[in-house]
Amino acid sequence: MKLPVTVIGGYLGAGKTTLINHLLRNANGLRLAVLVNEFGELAIDEDLIEAVDDSLISISGGCVCCAFGNDMIGALEDIRDAEPGFNHVLLEASGVALPGSIMTTVSLVHGLRPDATVVLADAEQIRRNANNKFLSDTIQHQLEQADSLLVTKADLITSEQLADVTKWLKSRVPLARIIPVERGQVPLDAIIGALPLPARGIPPSNSPHSDFASAVLRPDGPVDAEALAEKLAADPTVTRAKGYVSQGNRLALIHVVGNRHAVEEAEGKHEIGVVCIGLKHEFSSQRIEDLAVQSMSAALVHKEASA
Amino acid sequence: MSGTTVYSARKIITMNPNRPVVSHVAVRDGRILGAGTLDELAGWGEYQLDDRFADKVIMPGLIEGHAHSMEGALWSFTYVGWFDRMDPDGKIWPGVKSIDDVVVRLSETEKKMSDPDAPLLGWGLDPIYMDNVRMTRADLDRVSTTRPVGIMHASGHILNVNTKGLELAGLFKTGNNHPGIPLASDGLPTGELKSPEIMMPAGKHVGMDRAFLAADEMGLRNYGRLCVRAGVTTSSDLGQQLNDDLVALFDKVTGEETYPVCLVAFRINLGVSPKELVDYTLSLTEKSTDRLELGKIKVVADGSIQGFSARMLWPGYYNGAPNGLWYIAPDQLAEIYERALAAGVQVHTHTNGDEATQLTIETLEAALRKHPDFDHRFTLQHCQLASEAQFRKMGRLGMCVNLFANHHFYWGDEHYALTVGPERAERMNACRAALDAGVPMTIHSDAPVTPLGPLFTAGSAATRLTSSGRTQGEVQRINLDEALYAVTMGAAITMKMDDRIGSIEIGKRADFAVLEDDPTEAAPETLKDVRIWGTVQGGRIFEAATI
Repeated sequence: MKLPVTVIGGYLGAGKTTLINHLLRNANGLRLAVLVNEFGELAIDEDLIEAVDDSLISISGGCVCCAFGNDMIGALEDIRDAEPGFNHVLLEASGVALPGSIMTTVSLVHGLRPDATVVLADAEQIRRNANNKFLSDTIQHQLEQADSLLVTKADLITSEQLADVTKWLKSRVPLARIIPVERGQVPLDAIIGALPLPARGIPPSNSPHSDFASAVLRPDGPVDAEALAEKLAADPTVTRAKGYVSQGNRLALIHVVGNRHAVEEAEGKHEIGVVCIGLKHEFSSQRIEDLAVQSMSAALVHKEASA
Repeated sequence: MSGTTVYSARKIITMNPNRPVVSHVAVRDGRILGAGTLDELAGWGEYQLDDRFADKVIMPGLIEGHAHSMEGALWSFTYVGWFDRMDPDGKIWPGVKSIDDVVVRLSETEKKMSDPDAPLLGWGLDPIYMDNVRMTRADLDRVSTTRPVGIMHASGHILNVNTKGLELAGLFKTGNNHPGIPLASDGLPTGELKSPEIMMPAGKHVGMDRAFLAADEMGLRNYGRLCVRAGVTTSSDLGQQLNDDLVALFDKVTGEETYPVCLVAFRINLGVSPKELVDYTLSLTEKSTDRLELGKIKVVADGSIQGFSARMLWPGYYNGAPNGLWYIAPDQLAEIYERALAAGVQVHTHTNGDEATQLTIETLEAALRKHPDFDHRFTLQHCQLASEAQFRKMGRLGMCVNLFANHHFYWGDEHYALTVGPERAERMNACRAALDAGVPMTIHSDAPVTPLGPLFTAGSAATRLTSSGRTQGEVQRINLDEALYAVTMGAAITMKMDDRIGSIEIGKRADFAVLEDDPTEAAPETLKDVRIWGTVQGGRIFEAATI
């Protein structure tokens, strides 16, 4: 399987560092590799650091962090070839970088799979930055390139203000999945996908405190994996989906993050099932099950979990 | 007391306004004991008269304020540019005038290679002069189908690779969907790769590996030899990711007894946070030596004009291309400026587009309110499109500028027709406006982007001729004296080294350019043809013919 890469973008102060620290702290056994942009501004929480060796920081749980300077490709290849391997790469873009361009580079590196471009927007600052005469076009490009758009520091504004900024963002980027985030705390599976959850024995994010709801699709027959992935990616209520479906005599692994989808041929035996998650207030398990049905020749879809 | 040598010369141009021309210069301990008549210098006591330069013209060693020592390393690869170019051995490589010539030149290199899998890399291709012909992978397949072959264009914005190179990069397939990967009618890539995010991953398969991008000992030595041939005694190396290892490398090579040039190595703003950048650069200051000046920062604010990545003010690019890219976040630029001003560290900032220039001016003005500094000499590098209003502001804020004066020759016609259009092309690299606004100014080659050659650059500033022979913006021309001052004292001032170099006067380092012809008698058009015998650096004599 190819090593998935998530590019994390957004202007300075949007909360990239907080988010990455949160993901490292809650990696749930995943080995994450964090690549820091050329300005080396990422500060890993000290209590997470196990060792610092030159440019490589070792982090508890088998994660690492390194700065890639002007050789991003080389750093990505080093991570790809590391033993033991990593489960996921988080690549932190600089504050003015266009994350879509970075993802294009990632897509050219053999053995890596672009998983998602996640762009952070500071709920309080985003409109000010978007109005700054030097920054407005850069901010707009960043927003447009997001597969998932996280509105950070949502806890610092009122719910009316949050609704207001969400509306503004939707007017700027109508297709983006917009996810509000408080104190950088977004579930791992909504961003980098510690999925499929049932196989890992970790319950989906259905706790009453979570903003997210999930459902598992279990189509019991062959599915057009590409069509299903495309439909899930086109559905604005699906934040993320991942899992195995049957292609007749073989399996396919579906990845969906926001607007982006990918289908890989799967090796080995896996339980069939696609975990889908979305924001609780708009997520409908019935709706995505219908999508699955549309992607099957003839099959039943079992309802496994719901919001 | 060590000995004093007095050199006679046909003429000594000093750049010291008190005595602009003298007949003799006395050197003791690598420094200038005095410049004047033999009688005057005899007053210092015993001396040895050296007449070896009696028929030469001596001027202050030329100073290159914006170049990269990578120029020295590039000669490990094959030159395929349009213009004749001299390598560190003094060999002149004739410019190649067609794709067929390029193939022939690369094939000659190919025949001499022993490892059948080793990549072959050429550099300097400039199709602008070949009616913008597009090179394809088929062209480079004529060089080899079994080894990866690549060519980096002179602009640095396009890389051509052969089929093998595409295969190794994983691009030899249909379905590549990226504006930087043009496709032929068969759906396969043409072999032309544009934009850094495409070129870098593919480039490593054709020889643009990590070593290609970093400094090494041989490259630094070769760069020193190129400096002697160009009459240069001090050169910036504008933008290295300096760390302790790299500083040790620079210290070792420049410390060699015969190293012929003083390098001013700037720490570029990559790989470190603003705080680390300023703290580390400050800590390097005390590691400076006679031939290695440290403790200065280079920041890159935007991209390039011909790559359409420079940040432009309204109305933007003449051909309608979208605005370019920021290479640094404005808030980060502000943090670097504030910390550097507080620490007394000088910053040189690359700006090409006028919006980038505007950002630096506004950012510095705000930072100066917090940390006033009456002699910061923060310098804008390239600053190609600055308007008169921007120069005025720069002058009042105490900024300096290093303009890319020979750009008119190499790409002026392109700027006129395509990138910025006629009106702004005429004010590009406005040397006259900078001087009139009281902005201390130098001019540069940005080697290896254009060949190292301050006399050529100075001539370009005086003529503003394009390669097609048009004078582009005649009002912005400067006279020869001003141009020669710019490549000596001007550069010294922008690097805060004018107390030590830039003129031939008492107390300064004995750095001379030794010339066969008198540059002050040349016409602006013929300044580039002034023959260079060699240099004297820190009192040591380096002849170009034997370097």
